Amino acid sequence: MNGAVGAEYERRDLIAVKEIRIHGRGGQGAVLAARMLASAFVAEGKYVASFPMYGFERRGAPVVAFTRVDDKPIREKTQIYTPDCLVVIDPGLMTLPTLFNGLQPDGILILNTPKKLKKRPHENLKIGGVINATRIAVEEIGRDIPNTCLLGAFAAASGWLKMESLLACLEEYLSGDILQRNLKSAARGYREVEVIKW
Amino acid sequence: MKAKKGKVSVMTGNYAAANAARLCRPEVVSAYPITPQSEVAEQISAYVANGELDAEIVEVEGENSAMNVVCAASLAGARVFTATSSYGLVFMYDTLLQTAGYRAPVVMVNVNREPPGIQAVSGGQQDLISTRDSGWVQVIVENNQEIIDQIIMAYRLAEDHDIQLPVMVNYDGYYLSYLAESVEMPLIEDVDAFLAPLKSQPPRPRIIPGAATGCGTHGMEMGYVEARYKHWSALERAREKVDDIDRLFGEYFGRSYGGQIEEYRTDGADIIIVTSGSAAGTTRTVVDAKRNEGVRVGMVKIRLFRPFPEDRLTEVLKGRKAIGVVDRSLCFGWKCGPMCMEIKALTPDIGRMPILSYIDGLANLDITVPHITRVVDEVNGAAQGKPFQEVTWIPMEE
Repeated sequence: MNGAVGAEYERRDLIAVKEIRIHGRGGQGAVLAARMLASAFVAEGKYVASFPMYGFERRGAPVVAFTRVDDKPIREKTQIYTPDCLVVIDPGLMTLPTLFNGLQPDGILILNTPKKLKKRPHENLKIGGVINATRIAVEEIGRDIPNTCLLGAFAAASGWLKMESLLACLEEYLSGDILQRNLKSAARGYREVEVIKW
Repeated sequence: MKAKKGKVSVMTGNYAAANAARLCRPEVVSAYPITPQSEVAEQISAYVANGELDAEIVEVEGENSAMNVVCAASLAGARVFTATSSYGLVFMYDTLLQTAGYRAPVVMVNVNREPPGIQAVSGGQQDLISTRDSGWVQVIVENNQEIIDQIIMAYRLAEDHDIQLPVMVNYDGYYLSYLAESVEMPLIEDVDAFLAPLKSQPPRPRIIPGAATGCGTHGMEMGYVEARYKHWSALERAREKVDDIDRLFGEYFGRSYGGQIEEYRTDGADIIIVTSGSAAGTTRTVVDAKRNEGVRVGMVKIRLFRPFPEDRLTEVLKGRKAIGVVDRSLCFGWKCGPMCMEIKALTPDIGRMPILSYIDGLANLDITVPHITRVVDEVNGAAQGKPFQEVTWIPMEE
């Protein structure tokens, strides 16, 4: 990350309407999740720019993915420093000191965890979407790839995206049995997410 | 005649590149996968495997062979495509120079990444800069749509009878290679139509099995000098050709990019920020904001790096009050960034003024809105006579 998340961002007015930062590890599908999210927003007529940042393509290495959503074309090709929403695919990353850097007021957290969220993890958070996406992914997909489940949870908790758009865009990226399993995983994410309002 | 509207979809820079290459119908492809280019090599292979592209793929053990394959195939008359990055680009260095010397119209995508020196699996334009004098045409693009459009234009340029040079299309690794955004993919029949004029040209010299033919720069003394002069002259001609092709592309497809350079809000600008690649998008945002504050700033995006757009740049930079150049690479042994050095070389024509060099975005570091804002503020200060630092390594001062 090269300290990028820590940078202060003053020109909030210049940048996109909604910024989503996804934190995961190689192999959990953070990169694909960001692309699916982009496609789903485009299907709703939005402009998007979405890219991950990592070194080698390596299982287990931390991955951050950035998705911008706007009503007008997005020209900035920069990382996200003032997220409106954080999606944490790997619960182990909740201890990352820079995780909440730049989080905007009325922020949203989508968290994959087997535990209950006892207290608000950051003062700027307004909505928490908590789900044991790993368990659901293992049950539905047979492997710990919780990305599509968390996208379902995102759609439910944020309200930024229609579930139909999300499910339709999964078909652009997956097919056959894997598609069916992921559709189920995403639908369960949508239904089973615990939405907490602070 | 206008092209029909293409299908709009979300794809990464790498998929956009592979898709665009497919539309140009290369007959021979050889590309060795390397981060962050791998998806290009993979996707082209997939197109051939599933019948979407009728090309011969030559599998190789590394980039040096890949370039040898496409160079030879090109000399045999085939349309060819390859893609690489960083270590791959420098691993093909001798064949890179040879391909240019042979005047083989190879089109290559180079996904910019830091080259050897310090192990860095991260973006930066140093790989491009390290091959500056290879005799290739080198173009740098800003976004995924421009990747598609420039690859199509690259074939029109490379195979032009008056040019016959290899063309390297550069885009930022990570920031563009993995960026998913909406693009409009032209229809293949429209790409056919755009490239059709190449077919009515006189045939280019080619190797024919069984017929002894000399090719390339095997000359001694004056033979060498003449071949070099012709190569050098072809690059000189490429400047205007790039403008022409960009205009024709715009007329047909409805999108154009300014040719050698793109000017953004340069009318009435006192100061100009010069940059290239994905940083240009971020710079547009800052220019708009600063214009709203009353700062008379514009941007120039360098698209054509070799041959260098001397005349077009002179025209737009002449008489300004100060210039800032943002480089995503280094110039070892010269006290400013590589593009800044080139801009400074225009001083006799554009007149003396403060030219501030900024080094930023090395090794995947982000060229952010605050970074460019700082550049504009300092260049604006220099224009008003304030003291300034000639070279600033932005990440070192954060």
